[in-house]
Amino acid sequence: MELYITELSKYVITMLMALYAYESFAVFRYREEDRRSGIYTRQNFLMLLLHFSCFMVICFETGDMSYLFFYAFQQVVLFATAVLFHMVYPGANRLIVNNMCLLLSVGFVMLTRLSYERAVRQFVIAAVSIAAVMVIPLFVHKIKFLKSLTWVYAFLGIAALTVVLVLGSYTYGSKISYTIAGVTVQPSEFVKILFVFFLASALCGSASFLQVCLTAAVAGIHVVILVFSKDLGSALIFFVVYVLMVFVATGKPLYLLAGAGGGAGAAVAAYRMFSHVQVRVQAWRDPWSAIDTGGYQITQSLFAISSGGWFGLGLFGGTPQSIPFVEADFIFSAVAEELGILFAMCLILVCVSCFLMFMDISMKLNDRFYRLIAFGLGITYIFQVFLTIGGGSKFIPLTGVTLPLISYGGSSVLTTLVMFAIVEGLCMVKKDEEQAVKNDGKGKRAEHKKKEAQNAGRKNARWEKTGWKKAEWKKTGWEKTGGEKAGKMRGESRQKRGDADGRES
Amino acid sequence: MAGNHKNRKKQNAPIMAVAYFFVAVFLGMMVYICQYSMSHRQEWMNNSYNGRQQMLTAKNVRGTIYAGSGEVLAKTGTDGEGREVREYPYGSMFAHVVGYASNGRAGVEALGNYYLIQSSAPLSEKVLNETAGEKYKADDVYTTLDVNLQEVAYKAMGVYRGAVVVTDISTGRILAMVSKPDFDPNEIGEVWDRLVEDKESGVLLNRVTQGMYPPGSTFKIITALEYIRENPDTYQNYGYLCSGSYSDGADRINCYHGTSHGQEDFARAFAKSCNAAFADIGIKLDKGEFQDTLKELMFNGELPLDMNYSKSRIQVSGESTNGEMMQVAIGQGTTGMSPIHLNMITNAIANGGVLVPPYLIDRVENSAGTVVKQFSASQERQLMSGQEADALKELMRGVVEEGTASRLKGLPYTAAGKTGSAEYSNVKEESHAWFTGFAPVEEPQISVTVIIEGAGSGGDYAVPVAKRIFDAYFGSGSD
Repeated sequence: MELYITELSKYVITMLMALYAYESFAVFRYREEDRRSGIYTRQNFLMLLLHFSCFMVICFETGDMSYLFFYAFQQVVLFATAVLFHMVYPGANRLIVNNMCLLLSVGFVMLTRLSYERAVRQFVIAAVSIAAVMVIPLFVHKIKFLKSLTWVYAFLGIAALTVVLVLGSYTYGSKISYTIAGVTVQPSEFVKILFVFFLASALCGSASFLQVCLTAAVAGIHVVILVFSKDLGSALIFFVVYVLMVFVATGKPLYLLAGAGGGAGAAVAAYRMFSHVQVRVQAWRDPWSAIDTGGYQITQSLFAISSGGWFGLGLFGGTPQSIPFVEADFIFSAVAEELGILFAMCLILVCVSCFLMFMDISMKLNDRFYRLIAFGLGITYIFQVFLTIGGGSKFIPLTGVTLPLISYGGSSVLTTLVMFAIVEGLCMVKKDEEQAVKNDGKGKRAEHKKKEAQNAGRKNARWEKTGWKKAEWKKTGWEKTGGEKAGKMRGESRQKRGDADGRES
Repeated sequence: MAGNHKNRKKQNAPIMAVAYFFVAVFLGMMVYICQYSMSHRQEWMNNSYNGRQQMLTAKNVRGTIYAGSGEVLAKTGTDGEGREVREYPYGSMFAHVVGYASNGRAGVEALGNYYLIQSSAPLSEKVLNETAGEKYKADDVYTTLDVNLQEVAYKAMGVYRGAVVVTDISTGRILAMVSKPDFDPNEIGEVWDRLVEDKESGVLLNRVTQGMYPPGSTFKIITALEYIRENPDTYQNYGYLCSGSYSDGADRINCYHGTSHGQEDFARAFAKSCNAAFADIGIKLDKGEFQDTLKELMFNGELPLDMNYSKSRIQVSGESTNGEMMQVAIGQGTTGMSPIHLNMITNAIANGGVLVPPYLIDRVENSAGTVVKQFSASQERQLMSGQEADALKELMRGVVEEGTASRLKGLPYTAAGKTGSAEYSNVKEESHAWFTGFAPVEEPQISVTVIIEGAGSGGDYAVPVAKRIFDAYFGSGSD
């Protein structure tokens, strides 16, 4: 009887996940959040069934029904999150909340199977974090001075990373964590958010060459500290986030090329300078000949991914524990082994759907600062997903970062929850913007026209004065003073945007 | 408002580009993960670093290995204390080909390991097992082996060291595979240390696939092929007066036992296995074209074979001296070949130039008898043209009719082949006895390749072994 249930559950679980993944893309068919509510409700239903099925299997396989209590706690917290969030913030995006809860539940299931203690710990951290981040959307929505804290973000970020570099303790060859009052934190996780805020605020005004260089210096400091801490994964994330945010802020593909070139150069330099980079690259190119040393983790991870087949070996049916650090760095491989490759692919799709929603929100926002934040956080998230899954499957060299919301790790889960909550805050900013356009569209339009005329006048004057190439440089200087003043006077960013538009067209 | 919309579109373009880029990268990664991990599933499961084997072994009873007509070659039983033991009813007869499953794995036990430890038993049966507290029954492997032919080949080898392989030409099924000296896989645990320490006799080595022997005169098949290729219209006009040896001034090649063959044409030189004539031919060959032919015939390269095997080696280059070419042409010198490789070339000749790669596992069935996986030969290969194959067939027929394999003459079936007596040491008169051939000539069915180490001439020692196998196969019991 139990065997029938566990065998059948493989297919049921895969099917539920596939349906969920489908719905998380079906959402994009509709532009309006209201029209998506049917999909969201179906998603909630699927999440519930999926979570329940997984725990039924765990109970059957272990013969220990007390797991159901743990399940009940999880279900209450996750369901409450999905429902409450929507009630408190009706303007928030429900896809992000749903995906967040689904990913958390998959993480809880996998961790329960791998290590009950760690699962409980992770659950407590996640539950407290969810409660804490509930206020963040409000914060992002209402507080207007976030834009002007540029150097505060930079300073805090660099300080936090430096503290770890100097005082932190080595864990498996990397200095990434720091213990305060018995709690071990991994500051590079939180600094990711500060870094995105720094870049957004530094580049939202003028993305001039000078400004790009200035941010490059700050970004460089971050990356160098991380490289010296041997936290290569985070260093790579910071670098990619920097390059892509500059590209989006300036709209110039040249920066992308320069970034790629610089990145390639830095990668070669790092390969030459650091032996641990060489070990990683060699283990990626041929893990089989170094299976006793550098290639052990990656080969064990590959064994796990391949052994499950399309539908997996079932929870407790495989031996994912044979991969070192499976809970943190290789949770994806454990998912693939026991829940199947199809399930794992759907999991990737859900992560991609989160990312696309971040991008969607970014594109719908008017304010450049908020646009850049949504974009930057999206890149931070998806690139980390790419590093961990790609690394664990030998698609790219292994860097040892967590799979957000699924891997074991308090700092990681809290940071990701904060990121998701910030994006929810941005959703409400977007709603406000839309509302504003609707409400006094007429008045605004008149004002806008006037401003456009003004801008056009200015622009023409500038073009005439400075000629083409130089216009860019001169204008920057002008905008810094004039643009900011104007922005302050109006108390609105619209003016600034107008300027920016005028410049770019 | 329209202008605003246009602006918005322009500003969104970089974000769109980045979003599409990541979607593309992720799709690529997903395809890669599925493709890479699913296509290496078996190989990785068999990796000794993969602990999942133990997990499956703990859950499933290792499956049975059967011969082609259903005889049990290996099965899992229990000893007096209820522990699982692997039993091999035929003892040492199938030692190398079926192999062993403890102290590492070899033979079909290694080749089919993935299936032998997985269970595709019907769920209802598993439920019954579960209720009874038993392990599941893993899947069974059916081989292509023929117990009768294996027994004949095994007995024919007697106490000699060497190897025999028998294959079905048109399907590639391996019917028998004997390697001597052998061991009893039932006692692998007890004899293991001794066998591993005894490096000299290489008992654990499957000589059919891993043995590396000088091909001796059997290589004249290949020399003849190259000569025919280079002189398709005139090779039959070749003539040579053999006085028992050949010398180009610096190097000297003797015929076997110094026999003087007198005036001979191409066919007669091949039938009599005249070293002097072939040394003469060897010097005439175009080294560049010869290299291409050797490459086509899979020398110094991979064989289309799933089992562990040794790559055959040969040295021919633009710089090869006359002396080296003389040695190469008669299969001596540094050339090394495995019996299975020679058997593949023989099969291609018998099959109009097309090699059907040999294979050992026919199918996998679950405990209820449902076929889980059916195997067949891998991609066929054209090793030579139909005309070339026919010409060689004719030459090999001559070896039986009027040459060194005359013991196969005048039988109810028509055989063709080539003998070899490969000298392997500087001491005179010591040679490996080779024979490779097929029957019947009109419609070739099976091929036999035999090597007997240090026995003497191929015609005297290897041909009789092949004859017994042909007799058994074609049902003429006389010896």
